[in-house]
This record gives sequence, C-alpha cells and structure tokens, in this order.
Amino acid sequence: MTLTDALAILAPLVPEGTACIHANGYIGRAGCAARDRDECFYMIGSMGLAASIGLGVALAQPERRVLVLDGDGNVLMNLGTLATIAATRPANLLHVCFDNGVHASTGAQPTVSARVRLDDVARATGYRSVRRIETPAALATEAPAFLSGPGPAFLLVRIALGPPGPPAPRIPHTPAAMTARLRHALGKTR
Amino acid sequence: MAGFPPDRFVDRLLAAGFDFFVGVPCSLVRTLLVELERRRLYLGETREDAALGVAAGAWFGGRMPVVVMQNSGLGVSLNALGSLHMLYGIPCLLLVTWRGHEGTDAPEHLVMGDVMPRLLELFGLPFRAPGVETMETDVDWAAVTVRETRKPVALVIRPGLFE
Repeated sequence: MTLTDALAILAPLVPEGTACIHANGYIGRAGCAARDRDECFYMIGSMGLAASIGLGVALAQPERRVLVLDGDGNVLMNLGTLATIAATRPANLLHVCFDNGVHASTGAQPTVSARVRLDDVARATGYRSVRRIETPAALATEAPAFLSGPGPAFLLVRIALGPPGPPAPRIPHTPAAMTARLRHALGKTR
Repeated sequence: MAGFPPDRFVDRLLAAGFDFFVGVPCSLVRTLLVELERRRLYLGETREDAALGVAAGAWFGGRMPVVVMQNSGLGVSLNALGSLHMLYGIPCLLLVTWRGHEGTDAPEHLVMGDVMPRLLELFGLPFRAPGVETMETDVDWAAVTVRETRKPVALVIRPGLFE
C-alpha cells in the first residue's frame, strides 16, 4: 500500500466539513490529488507543524472535526506537539501519520520510525486512542470508526515507498488562495 | 518607576481583539503569564515554532492570536515565520522578550539580544518596544498593523516592563 493507495481508501471517507491539514512534501501533493476541498490546507513549508496547526484549528472551533494528515518525518520533527495535543485533549482532533520510514521527497533518506514506533510514542503521550494499520483491508475496516470517533486519536498507517518521483503534481493553489478559501470555508470572510 | 500592570495589559489586548494566547515562557513575562493562566487564556507549547503553528491554526479558525516567547525562541521561529505566516499571510502578535538588552545579561542571551531588532527588520516584521507610557497605544498600533499587513507584528518586552 503506497501513499496514493492509502489516500484512495481514506480520502473519500472523510466527512464534509472536516478541516484537513496536510503536512508538506508528498503528503500534501497526494492529498490534493486524491480529494481537494476548500477545507483542505496544504502546508508547503514549515515542516513539522501540521499537527500544531491542526491543534489550533481544533481549539478555535471545538464543534468542527479536524483531521491532520502527517508523515513520519514531520512527526519526528515536532514530537513536542504530540504531548501538547495529548495534554490538551481536543475531542475533535484526529491525527493520521503515513509512515513510510523515509523522507520521501528529499531522496528517501531513512527516518528512525522503523526502530521507534510512532504509534507507541503517541500512546505514551496519552492520545485517547491509537491504532496501527498495515494493510489496505485494515485501513478500509478501521477508517470509518476512526473518522467518527472521539479524539485526540492517532492512526498510524504503515505505507510502502511508491515509485520514484513525486506521487502527484505540486499544489496548484497559491498560498494566498489557500488561506482565503480555508478562512472562508471555516466561516471567516477575510 | 513602576511597571505596567499585567491585568491592564491583558484587558487592553482583549479589547483590541486578541483572543488566543499560546507560547513558551520567559522570566521577563512571568507575571503576565500568571495573569493569563489565572484567566485560563493561555496554552503552553513545547517550542516557539510549534506555538506559531497553533496560532496559525487558531487564526484559520477565526481567532486573533498572541504568541509569547523569549527572544531565544525567535531564532527557533524563523522558518515558521518565513514559510508559514509570511508565505500564507497569517497575522499574529508576537510578544518577544528582550533578553540580552543593552548587553547586560547571561552570556547565552548576548548574541540574540544584540541582533534582535535588526533580525526583525531583516524579516520585515513591524515591531515596537513599548514603555510604560506607550504600552496602550502600542497595543492598539499592533492590532491595526496585524490586520493591515496580514503578517506577524511584534511588541518587544524590555526587562522590567511588567515589574
């Protein structure tokens, strides 16, 4: 199961109105290609901060569900925010980590996620629920309950490295356009 | 001279529309953080760039955030400021303490204390360093400037301001 395969299963199941905060690198590109909506934000810089941004949205709008689409390199860069999320316990925050064990977009340099299991890290910080997924069948079975259940919830999806090169084109929206449409979709006109 | 009362500062920030507080502590704003905690307004993050990420999300969700940090954390924050806030046009108020002010502080603060105003200028971030007399007008200036420029604006907190 590659990133593209996993998103083909997960993205159609995300309920309308869910704010989706994508990490940088290939995750945002593949996420945008899988299902682009106004509530989707693609972080093209600021590696590591997708979960922090998701926490901010979740705290500002407790009635809205927020889904963070993260990667192992991003999570490892900002483990502190896992602790802040677990301590703050936002019931509306869901956190997916696509774990391919490498920094895919910079040339597949390995991360330490094969030796330090990030689902164990999330569990140790105190996320309300933590699941580890290794097959497409398990993802299809478990995703609906994850997407409708209480947060903070962490879903580690173990994926294989896809074919060489990017899984999808670069994000077609300008950063300013992404800001404007996300603010509008979340109820702010400017 | 007496410092500026933290409760009055928080009142002024709220009146100016700032309504979300996140950060990493510094001793120069100890009494301010006590006041924010007393009102249950403050979220402590683990790093200053993570606090900026939380602030960006809060702004997407309709809040106007304040990020509290020591100027050492400004160094940690530069990538978030450059490739998140300034790239996407996300406003926030930075309350940055000025450790190393006038070269008199513990040695670890001297380099950043020396370059901080130039660093803020280099990044194109509007800032003021309020005194007790200018504090309220400077908060109002910050509130107008974040909305006009759509980028982070800093109030630099000198030693003794809240003492």
